[in-house]
Amino acid sequence: MRHKVRSTQRGRLALGAVTALSLAVLTACGGDDGGEGDTDGPVTVTVATFNEFGYEELIEEWNADHDDIKIEQVKVGTWDDAKANLYTKLAAGSGLSDIEAIEGDAMPAILAEADAFTDLTDAELDGRWLDWVAEKATNSDGQMIGYATDIGPEGICYRADLFDKAGLPTDRAEVAGLMGTWDDYFALGEDFVRKVPDTAWYDSSGGVVQAMLNQVENPFETDDNTVAVDNPELKAVYDTVTTNIEKGLSTRLAQWGDDWVASFQNSGFATMACPGWMLGVVEGNSEGVEGWDFADVFPGGGGNWGGSFLTVPAQGDNIEEATEVAAWLTAPEQQAKAFAAKGTFPSQVEALDSPEITGASNAFFNDAPIGEILANRAEAVTVQPHKGPKYSDILTAFQAAVLRVDDGSQPADESWDQFLTDVEALG
Amino acid sequence: MKIDGGDTDTPRVSPPSASSTPTPADVPVRPTLRQRLAAWDVRLSPYLYISPFFILFALVGLFPLAYTAYVSVHDWSLLGGQGDFVGLQNYREVLENPYFVKQLVNTISIFLLSSLPQVVIAVTLAALLDSQLRGRTWWRMSVLLPFVVSPVAVAIIFGSVFGDRYGLVNELLGAIGIDAIPWHTDRFASHVAIATMVNWRWTGYNALIFLAAMQAVPRDLYESAELDGAGRVRQFLSVTLPMIRPVMVFVIITSTIGGLQIFAEPRLFDETTARNGGPDRQFGTITMLVYDFGWQLRDLGRASATAWMLFILICVFALLNYYVIRRIGLLGGDDR
Repeated sequence: MRHKVRSTQRGRLALGAVTALSLAVLTACGGDDGGEGDTDGPVTVTVATFNEFGYEELIEEWNADHDDIKIEQVKVGTWDDAKANLYTKLAAGSGLSDIEAIEGDAMPAILAEADAFTDLTDAELDGRWLDWVAEKATNSDGQMIGYATDIGPEGICYRADLFDKAGLPTDRAEVAGLMGTWDDYFALGEDFVRKVPDTAWYDSSGGVVQAMLNQVENPFETDDNTVAVDNPELKAVYDTVTTNIEKGLSTRLAQWGDDWVASFQNSGFATMACPGWMLGVVEGNSEGVEGWDFADVFPGGGGNWGGSFLTVPAQGDNIEEATEVAAWLTAPEQQAKAFAAKGTFPSQVEALDSPEITGASNAFFNDAPIGEILANRAEAVTVQPHKGPKYSDILTAFQAAVLRVDDGSQPADESWDQFLTDVEALG
Repeated sequence: MKIDGGDTDTPRVSPPSASSTPTPADVPVRPTLRQRLAAWDVRLSPYLYISPFFILFALVGLFPLAYTAYVSVHDWSLLGGQGDFVGLQNYREVLENPYFVKQLVNTISIFLLSSLPQVVIAVTLAALLDSQLRGRTWWRMSVLLPFVVSPVAVAIIFGSVFGDRYGLVNELLGAIGIDAIPWHTDRFASHVAIATMVNWRWTGYNALIFLAAMQAVPRDLYESAELDGAGRVRQFLSVTLPMIRPVMVFVIITSTIGGLQIFAEPRLFDETTARNGGPDRQFGTITMLVYDFGWQLRDLGRASATAWMLFILICVFALLNYYVIRRIGLLGGDDR
């Protein structure tokens, strides 16, 4: 410790310290560059999406044509990460983007949060969407809280080169004839894994769970939202999926994880349940891999997995501009362009008949006529499962139960019991 | 160290002496206002200087602590807000939760696997860095590099490196003939993987703290030890370690507090979408349970109860550490 600092030098040190501190405090308090006024500078509308919505080119198109409103996209990897962010910021009261994309399965829980989202009802947009899709976005007061983007009719993506290795037919139409029911699909799988020992039949148990659950009327909740998970249909799905694990049909990987992504490059599996929006994901993960094709078939007829909505959180600063942007992004023309980019199949009635959709084909998937295939699969959808506010949480617990059997840490019956306990603990 | 106010003009009130103005011995010297203020200054100013910290601590440390306790005795939903007063019900629910004990064991296991090797390696590293190496400064700086990298980035990359099927570590093990280890599935292996991440980050930091302490050890102690015939290792054990005892206490206590609150690494190590520490919570920690209750199940009451129980756990461990250190004599005679 220096005792010999002279008072003038100490005085200067003190003055310097005080100045630095007050500058720091002023800088911290004074920084506020959000929300320009309407009169000076463009308004930036932020759109938060997850996975692949196909909006990149659309946003460029809008920004080139508009000076007063500019769009900025904020992308996250999975819906679950977006969900965590959404609920945190909803509780905090600020921090959300101007437009938040919500996955269809979580819409019932969002509709229950009446005050947090803007009412987007607009008479001009009546009839824009398919009836069952518009219903999903409408709350009990008749207000439309979200504008639907895409729906997820599913077909089967498959690796024609691996089929060839197993001596199975590779032509799209022939493959379609072999997989009409789940029994046929799994039997073909058992045949495949016998002939090609190191490769699984489908990408993950989780994908098959989603595909099968979307064909069950009341998977987790009854129509009045009472939780009823111990029902025979759900148990049947669980038993089928877990038995297949022993037969080697599953890669036993967690969907969306690092190993799952790597398995695309390592030929880990031969088929996969592919809704429209998954096509972009498969293409992205399989860069450099050839042989993917898309068949116009789905075990059980048809199913719908996913489909998202654009909502406008009430806490935002630019509600009017955000509503305008959301309405534009979900217009039939724009969704058709998103479909061309990433395969997100339109939920808009006009788009379904447009030549861009019906004539669309995808070069990566062996020039498959994806527009026609997805339209056919959409028509084949017969069941719209009832999804209540707890659907998302129960689904997470169910997927965890299947994963425990996948990775061998629990036998199937114990894992089912733990699933039942978990659902009870959800409160 | 005494604070010496030697250069201020604080007059010391001195007893009447021969050199000052002669006064009758039984009339006390009445201090002037200036003298009284100065005396108050000496007594109070140390407390005033440290008060900003304590005021800030009261605002951002103490108040949230008390408020969390308040939330934990109510039914409190994340979006719905405050509900009824429920007493200790939340605590009971947390203790009865099927995953609580499992995640508690995970937390303690990861803590032991990370803190113990960390301290040992850090001390050894510091001893090596203290010797006459070439390019000493470069070595000392690079040991801190892992600390500078964002823990989230580290967790994502290590999660991929420790991938069960296609990860780099399993490929290397396969190349030398060892079977692939299920890093994400097996409970103990996952703890080892996460502890590796934590050690990778904090060892360099602790090593530099130890290095600073070692450099304050007077060199003539080493010289006399060498004269007495002690080798390098004996010098390390008998001269260096006893002299850095206080710093070792500091490092052990901060490692304990940090090691029981690990969150980012296990959360990003989990590649399932729920990120709760694996489908069977095999590497979930208590802090992750707080997040699960609060933001996934959206029940802040249970989350606050879990947070308070973690606080009590950390206090217990810190006290335990303190008594163990005292018993094995690390505090020695200079107990300040």
